[in-house]
Amino acid sequence: MRAILRKLFFGLIFLALLLLPFWGDRFYIQFASKILIMIVFVSSLNLLVGFTGLVSLGHAAFFGFSGYVLALLSPVDSAMNFFVALLASILCTGVLGVIFGALVLRTKGIFFIMSTLALGEMLFYFLHDTDLAGGSDGMYINSRPDVSFFDWWQLDLANVVHFYYLALITAVIVLIVIRAIIHSPFGRVLAGICVNEHRTKALGYNTYKFKLVCFVIASMIAAVSGFLSAVQFGVVNPEMVGWHVSGHALMMVILGGKGAILGPVIGTTTLMLVEEGFQMVTKHWQLLTGVAIVLVALFFPHGLVGFKFFKKGS
Amino acid sequence: MDAFAIFIQAMNGIQYGLLLFLVASGLTLIFGIMGVINIAHGSFYMIGAYLAWSLMGWLENFWFGLFVGVAAAFLLGLVLEWMFIRFLYDRDHLQQVLVTYGLILIFSELRSVIWGDDVHSVAIPALLDGSIQLTENLAYPIYRLWLSGVCVVIAILMYFGIQHTRLGMMIRAGESDREMTKALGINIGLVYRFIFALGVSLAAFSGMISAPISSVFPGMGSQVLIVSFVVVVIGGLGSIKGAMVAALLVGLIDTFGKVMSLDIFGINIFPEMAGMSIFALMALILIFRPQGIFGKEY
Repeated sequence: MRAILRKLFFGLIFLALLLLPFWGDRFYIQFASKILIMIVFVSSLNLLVGFTGLVSLGHAAFFGFSGYVLALLSPVDSAMNFFVALLASILCTGVLGVIFGALVLRTKGIFFIMSTLALGEMLFYFLHDTDLAGGSDGMYINSRPDVSFFDWWQLDLANVVHFYYLALITAVIVLIVIRAIIHSPFGRVLAGICVNEHRTKALGYNTYKFKLVCFVIASMIAAVSGFLSAVQFGVVNPEMVGWHVSGHALMMVILGGKGAILGPVIGTTTLMLVEEGFQMVTKHWQLLTGVAIVLVALFFPHGLVGFKFFKKGS
Repeated sequence: MDAFAIFIQAMNGIQYGLLLFLVASGLTLIFGIMGVINIAHGSFYMIGAYLAWSLMGWLENFWFGLFVGVAAAFLLGLVLEWMFIRFLYDRDHLQQVLVTYGLILIFSELRSVIWGDDVHSVAIPALLDGSIQLTENLAYPIYRLWLSGVCVVIAILMYFGIQHTRLGMMIRAGESDREMTKALGINIGLVYRFIFALGVSLAAFSGMISAPISSVFPGMGSQVLIVSFVVVVIGGLGSIKGAMVAALLVGLIDTFGKVMSLDIFGINIFPEMAGMSIFALMALILIFRPQGIFGKEY
């Protein structure tokens, strides 16, 4: 019975998401797109934190870097092909992921947390202090990429409804891809690393390589979200790579429940809605967010998917 | 640069390094002994600096203000340990990161409520307000010398306290085997509370004494936190000796990076890229000695 209810529940939510643009206000459609993009980002972090046991505090580096790649590549006066730009952003971010991953994965536990944070902040200071990409002001993306596929369908990315559907499709695809990764033999090894790395190593797996591949995949998925975010707002700035973005994403992973594919969906939506509510109440809403984070981390370490309703019935 | 300028920069680098040591040693003490990663450590540094600014304003006496500030920070540490940190000893690092991340948001917002978002400066106390003339146009401020001296004294006291006192013995015992220490009748919870409060006061004290030579601004906490993480990664976690060596190294490299100018292929990479130099050092350490210079193999 619970399984049927659960299916019905998620089916209704998906239907509501599909129909949202028909009655939603412009502001809400934009906000929903923002949530969907964030879900993609948080899911990529969940691949590291929840499924492999790597607590990264520098994941925003890939989110922001991808946006910067788009901003630097975009010509000033003409639009770039969407798919070319997306591929370029993902690949460049993947290269950064290889470099960062190769370094930080040499450490474990608390050292891993510290070195990911330090490398992420290195990128922040690099973008903030040098003139290479607009310094502390960031960069504008003057013309959004042009989504046309051999001239037979076209999306206008400046149109909030079009953009919303793009974000929705992307989020669904990313969730399916992550599900496929988790259930593949590769994902099984990651699960082994998460539970007991020594034992997985003893079974003959080169855990460093597996972790590195996972790190790079996560960075590339984060690149997708960063790319979309840059397209949505038409601007990138150093704050995108800052560690508050990483910290918030980590919070969303935990709030939803780490190591569950739907965890990031629930966690991201909840925290973003709650924060939006806090912002209406007071100028000092960060205070309330901080209190909420402390309480959740202390009393709900297993997140919202820990509640029976979201669990697969036996 | 001539010899005197290099000498002055080296002194600045050492002084910055010693200050970093004070902050990083609190971090490494709390992790090494209690096993808790405290990313709110930078907030205590920031709170210290703001406390210095308002206490010096009210009390109009640097020394009294310093005393009151450190006492307040110690008290804050005791309360925080009692309210939050003591629940984290048996939890994994992820939860420790999140709770202390929440504390960062709370403190930075409280700072905004209490002190506002402006940049302030604190006057150097009259007693130390002067400088030693080295050559005709080069002088070294006495306050910076005093600051370095204080850091060295605290480092020595810390070493002595941990290695040669009864309390230090309890701390070392708790570090190596918590249950056994408890069984011997030592109130380990109280020892941990003391250590945490000590760490908080060290960070706040560093913030207070650095306030007169740098400005007091909202983002100072996260800045110092990142650099202390770099120090800890380079030096090896839980190692006070490592923290000292790494802090001096980072202090010198950062200071010289900011005053040097070096052209590679016609691109001026200093001083704009100076912020990057300490991270480059960290990357090197991660490649060749991932456990840090003085860290234990794991």
